[in-house]
Amino acid sequence: MSFRIGVVTFPGSLDDRDAARAVEMAGATAVPLFHASDDLKEVEAVVLPGGFSYGDYLRCGAIARFAPIMNSIVTAAEHGFPVLGICNGFQVLCESHLLPGALTRNQGLHFLCRDQKLKIENTETMWTNGFTQGQEIVIPLKNGEGSFQCDDETLEMLESEGRVIARYVDFDPNGSRNLIAGISNERGNVVGLMPHPEHAIESLTGPSEDGLIFFKSILHQMVGR
Amino acid sequence: MSLDTVTNAQNNPDASQPWAELGLKEDEYARIKNILGRRPTSSELAMYSVMWSEHCSYKSSKVHLKQFGEKAPKSDALLVGIGENAGVVDIGQNYAVTFKIESHNHPSFVEPYQGAATGVGGIVRDILTMGARPIAVMDPLRFGLADAEDTRRVLPGIIAGVGGYGNCLGLPNIGGEVVFDETYAGNPLVNALCVGVMKHEDIKLAKAHGAGNLVVLFGAKTGGDGIGGVSVLASETFNAAKPTKRPSVQVGDPFAEKVLIECCLEIFHADLVVGIQDLGGAGLSCATSELASAGSGGMEIELEKVPLRDPSLSPEEILMSESQERMCAIVEPKHIKQFMAICKKWDVTATVIGEVTEGERLHISFNGELIVDVPPRTVAHDGPVYNRPIAKPAYVEERAKAVINIPMPTSAEDVKAAILKLIASPNIADKSWVTSQYDKYVQGNSVLAQPEDSGMIRIDEKTNLGVAISTDANARWSYLDPYEGAKLALAESMRNIATTGAKPLAVTNCLNFGSPEDPGVMWQFAETVRGLADACLELGLPVTGGNVSFYNQTGSVAILPTPVIGVLGVIQDVRKRTPMGINKSGSDLWLIGDVDSNMSGSEWAYLHGEIGNLSPKSDLAKEARLVDLLLEGQEIFEAAHDVSNGGLAATLIETVLKNKIGASVTLSDVAVALFSETPGRVLVAIDPNHTNEMVALAGKYQIAVNKIGTTGGDELVINDTKLSITELSKAHTETFPKLFG
Repeated sequence: MSFRIGVVTFPGSLDDRDAARAVEMAGATAVPLFHASDDLKEVEAVVLPGGFSYGDYLRCGAIARFAPIMNSIVTAAEHGFPVLGICNGFQVLCESHLLPGALTRNQGLHFLCRDQKLKIENTETMWTNGFTQGQEIVIPLKNGEGSFQCDDETLEMLESEGRVIARYVDFDPNGSRNLIAGISNERGNVVGLMPHPEHAIESLTGPSEDGLIFFKSILHQMVGR
Repeated sequence: MSLDTVTNAQNNPDASQPWAELGLKEDEYARIKNILGRRPTSSELAMYSVMWSEHCSYKSSKVHLKQFGEKAPKSDALLVGIGENAGVVDIGQNYAVTFKIESHNHPSFVEPYQGAATGVGGIVRDILTMGARPIAVMDPLRFGLADAEDTRRVLPGIIAGVGGYGNCLGLPNIGGEVVFDETYAGNPLVNALCVGVMKHEDIKLAKAHGAGNLVVLFGAKTGGDGIGGVSVLASETFNAAKPTKRPSVQVGDPFAEKVLIECCLEIFHADLVVGIQDLGGAGLSCATSELASAGSGGMEIELEKVPLRDPSLSPEEILMSESQERMCAIVEPKHIKQFMAICKKWDVTATVIGEVTEGERLHISFNGELIVDVPPRTVAHDGPVYNRPIAKPAYVEERAKAVINIPMPTSAEDVKAAILKLIASPNIADKSWVTSQYDKYVQGNSVLAQPEDSGMIRIDEKTNLGVAISTDANARWSYLDPYEGAKLALAESMRNIATTGAKPLAVTNCLNFGSPEDPGVMWQFAETVRGLADACLELGLPVTGGNVSFYNQTGSVAILPTPVIGVLGVIQDVRKRTPMGINKSGSDLWLIGDVDSNMSGSEWAYLHGEIGNLSPKSDLAKEARLVDLLLEGQEIFEAAHDVSNGGLAATLIETVLKNKIGASVTLSDVAVALFSETPGRVLVAIDPNHTNEMVALAGKYQIAVNKIGTTGGDELVINDTKLSITELSKAHTETFPKLFG
C-alpha cells in the first residue's frame, strides 16, 4: 500500500489541493482530512497547507489551533508523527506550540508574492533529508505575515540545536530574525516553513522543481523510497 | 415607522414619495404608477429605483449594446450568451469557461480598500453563479497622475483591497493593467475580471422555475452596508456643489466568500439547485425580481425571514442592502435537507425565505403584510430605455487638425536618455510593486502571469488544455477616435492571446465613460460600441457579456473613454506556450509587422504633454493574419512579446529584463522605430536555423518581417547606444517603490 499523507482542509485553507498534488507527485497518496473531525484516517504524516484558516481572524492560525483535527495532530506529533506546516500551516504549528516563536506582519507591511531563494541549513529532519547541506533552492513565498519572531533565548536555542532548517538568501522579504524561513522541533518530525514548496514541483507552473524534495524526503525517511 | 403596505398604497394614493431622492425621474415615477395602477409602496419604490438605476438597468446603453447581438458572428463556441450573469464558452474536452469584467469605480474612490475588495468579490460570485469554479482573476486599474496626492491615497488601498480579497479566496491574480492619466483623478477605474471553469453539464442559470420550489437565501447575514450603494453611487456624478448621496460602501469578508464558494461547488456537484443568483448590486431586489422574471414569474417572499446583522433594518433597507457574500438559490423541496446539510458543513447560514408560485406576480410580505406586489419583469427587465442625445464633440476635429511637435532623439546619447526616461515613466515602469501583492501561484495551474502578454491557466492536468486571458485598452486612441480605439483595443487583446500561443475565442468588455447626459460622452460611447461590434463581427469573436460604467467624471471633465476589452483564448497544450522573455543567447530577434511614424496617443507623446491628432487605423484583416502567423509559428518562437504601450523600446526592455539576457539590434529611423506604437507588431526570438520558416510564414500571411538583431550579452545595444542590464533594471524598477513606498 502506498504511503498515506494527510492534507488538512480548514475553512479558508487555499493551498490544500496544491499540497495534495505535491504529495501525489512525490509518489505518496494524499488523504483529505477535514478540520471538524479528529480522525487522522490512518495517515502516516500530515501537511498543514497554506491559506487563511478561519479567515485568520483574531491572529493567524489562532483559531485553527482549536480544530478537532489539531487535537489529534498535536498528540501524534508529540510522539514523533511527521508534520509539515506550510505558511498558514507554520502559523498554526506555532499557535499550537508544536514549534516555538510566532509569525508577524511582514516588515514591509504588504502581502508579498515572490520567487525566493533559500539556503537549506538542516538536512537531518524528516522533511529535508533529501537536500544537501547548504543547498540553495528557489520556491515561491507568498504571505502577509511571515516575519519569524522569537525571544533571544529561543533564537539561541534554535541556532545552537541546528533547528533552523532554511534561511532566506540574497533578499530579506519580511524581517524574520536571522532570516529564518523555516524551523523544526527538537526531534525533527515537525517542520514549519513560510515559503511554499508545493508551488515548486513542476517548472511549468513554478519557479523550479526544488519543492518536491520536501515531499520526497518524508517518503525516503518513512519507507526508504 | 409604519409599514407602507399595498393596502396602504391603495388607500393613500396621493402620499408624497421621495422618488427624486432615490434617483428616479418624474416620468419614470409616473411609469411605475402606470404599471401598478396605483402609487408604489415604499418597498416597491426602493426596488424600482435601484433596478432602474443606470448601473442595473443599462438604460442609457441598452440601445447601443444590442449591436453585440445584432452583429454577433456565428460561433459554435458560445454556450451561454449575453444576459446571464456571465457568458459561457466551450473550450473542448467537455470543459466550459465563463469570464466577465465588472467595474467598481465609484466605491473604490470613496473607500479604496473595501471598494476594490468587494469589486473582486462581486465578479467572483457572478462566475460562481454560473456553476463554475473560479480559477483566476485580473485587475485592469486606472488612476490619476502617479505623483498626485489623491493617487497616493487611492492606489495603495485599491491594490491592497484587490490583493486582500483575491488572495484570501485562493484565486491567482494573473494579469491586468495599471495606467495613469490625469482624467482619472477623482475617478479611479477598478475593473475586475474573473474566469471560471466547469463541465458542460454543470452550467447553472438564474431562473426560478417550478411552483412550490423553495427560495433559499444563503451566505452572510444582511446588514446595513451599501444600502443604495450600487445604484446611487454609480449613477451620480461627483459634484462638490450638490449635496452628496454617498451611503456606506459595502464591506467585504473574503473568508465568508471562500467558504461560500466551497459550499456552492459542493451543492452544484450534488445537483441540488434549479436556479441560482448572487446578490450584488441592488441585493435582494435584484435577485428576487431577476430570478422570477427569468423564470415563470411567480414568487412569494417572506421578508422577515431574512437573517439580519442589524435587526433595526426596515423592509425597504433589507430589499436594498448590498451586504456581500450572499446567494439566492431555487431548490426543489425534496433536495432541501441535503442542501441545508452542505451549508451546515461549511458553517454557512441558509434560510428558506419563500417559494416559487403559479402566478406572474412577485409578492413580498413582511410579518404577514403584503408590501410588494409587482410583475417582476417590469422591475428586472423592462426598465426605462433612453435614446440619449449624441453629438460629436468639437475636440475631435480640432485634434485632427492639430500640428504636433514631439522631440525625437537621434544621437546615441539622446536615444539612451529617452529610453531611460520612457521606461521609468509610471505607465511603462515595472509593476512588480503592485503584482507582488497578489498571489499568482495558488491553485498550482498558473502557467503565465503578469507581466506576460496574457495570463494562462492550465485547465486539465492530464491533457494540458489551458486558457489564456488578456485585457487591454488604449484610452488615448479612444479619445481621438473611439470607433478605431475600440477596434484597436480588441486587436491588441487578441494579439496578446496569440502571442502566448493561444487561439482567441471570445470577448468580454468593461466600458468606462463619463456622464451619458453629456452628448459628447454619449457619442464616444456609441462609437465605441459600434467599433467593438464591427470588430467582433469581422474577427469572428462573439461578445459574451460585459459591463458599462457611466458617470466617471468630476464636474464637466469626463475620463478618457476607456473600453477595457478582455479576450479569452484556448491552448491545446500549455507546455507549448510562448513566454515573453529572451531565454537564450545566440537567437535572432525578428520584428513582425511594419512601423509608421504616427506618434498620436503614444506614451512618448504623452511624456511631452501631447496626445496627438489622428489615432492609428486598425487593419483587422491583417491582425487576423498575424494571429494565424503567430499560432502557426509557435513551434519556432522561443520568446514573443507584443509591441504596444511604449513601443518597441518598452518591448525590447521587457524581453531583455525578464531573464536578464541582453540583445543587440540595429534599427533605421531609430526614434520612430523605438517609440512609435503602430499596432499589429510582435517581437519574436527564433533560432537562426529557423530563418527560412520565418520568411515563409511572412510570405504566407503577407506580413512584413524584419530581422533586427540577436540575443546575448549583458547589455541592450541599439545601433550605437548601449544600455547595461543593470542600468535598465534600475530605471525600470525604481519608480513604483519611490512613489508608493
